[in-house]
Amino acid sequence: MKEINSFKKGITDGLPICIGYFSVSFAFGIFAVQNGLSVLEAFLISLTNLTSAGQLAAVPIIASAGTLIELAITQLVINSRYALMSVSLSQKLGPSITLPHRFSIAFGNTDEIFAVAMSKRFNVGKRYMYGLILTPIVGWTLGTVSGAIAGDILPITVTSALGVAIYGMFIAIVVPPIKKERSSALCVLLAMVLSCIFYYVPVLKNNIPSGFTIIICSVISSAILALVAPIKVEEKND
Amino acid sequence: MTDFFVYLLVMAGVTYLVRMLPLVLIKKKITNPFIISFLHYIPYAVLTVMTIPTIFYSTSIVPAVVGFIVAVALAFFEKSLVIVAACSCLGVLVTELILKYLF
Repeated sequence: MKEINSFKKGITDGLPICIGYFSVSFAFGIFAVQNGLSVLEAFLISLTNLTSAGQLAAVPIIASAGTLIELAITQLVINSRYALMSVSLSQKLGPSITLPHRFSIAFGNTDEIFAVAMSKRFNVGKRYMYGLILTPIVGWTLGTVSGAIAGDILPITVTSALGVAIYGMFIAIVVPPIKKERSSALCVLLAMVLSCIFYYVPVLKNNIPSGFTIIICSVISSAILALVAPIKVEEKND
Repeated sequence: MTDFFVYLLVMAGVTYLVRMLPLVLIKKKITNPFIISFLHYIPYAVLTVMTIPTIFYSTSIVPAVVGFIVAVALAFFEKSLVIVAACSCLGVLVTELILKYLF
């Protein structure tokens, strides 16, 4: 099977993620400083975690001097979706990605980097992956620092508009393929319905952390579709 | 109070382990058709659950709905990620300004 392995192509493909991350992490930077963290601390969190939801949940715990157990469980729950993604990604990595590279590429397996890597027709190689990971890391950390420093200067209207950027990116990734594939469209529809149920039914909303909701809803909808509309294996392995 | 760097270590450590273990442990090609199909659908499902309905509460509801519609419309015509994300933000911003100054 052919492999995409150009560092430059990775950088280019990572650019939209970089811009999207800049705006989202900008909001994170503002949030962190509002909670009493220093600019340096916000920067270090972004550099070492590279995850939006987990970081947002961690700041109040750190700020309120919460326990390490609480912090660890929160991160485990919110970020456990990455385990699913890493399983998927493990099938997409070309032969150039040997074990040591798997250790380093794992660090950059975010929702968006994962989605872009998976949307490629061929396997992805190590140079491509490093390029694809590098630009978003730059955007994520720069955005955090900028937000932490300049957050107070911008009017709230601008910062709240920037917060939508990440969802715009998700939509841009999901919509084109579901136009062509009815089974994926059904999966998205099912995921939407489940997600709304978990959001609007008070018993579920109040008792299940949002990280778990993501796992439950996506596992159920993907499993149902995999049962009723399994994809042809030959197609995936050509 | 626990030192910031202990928090940082725990947080980054958990996040990294969750990402690293499956990637390092699963090296063979999976052949089970159910698992292959399941993994094919997972990215769409995860991104959908993270977007709906959260996007509508990411800012006030009317601007958020406008941003959502703009994003879906542009994504339908297969515009690039940057264009979709930027126009979606712009849609929200313009709507917020209209609401602020007209009502």
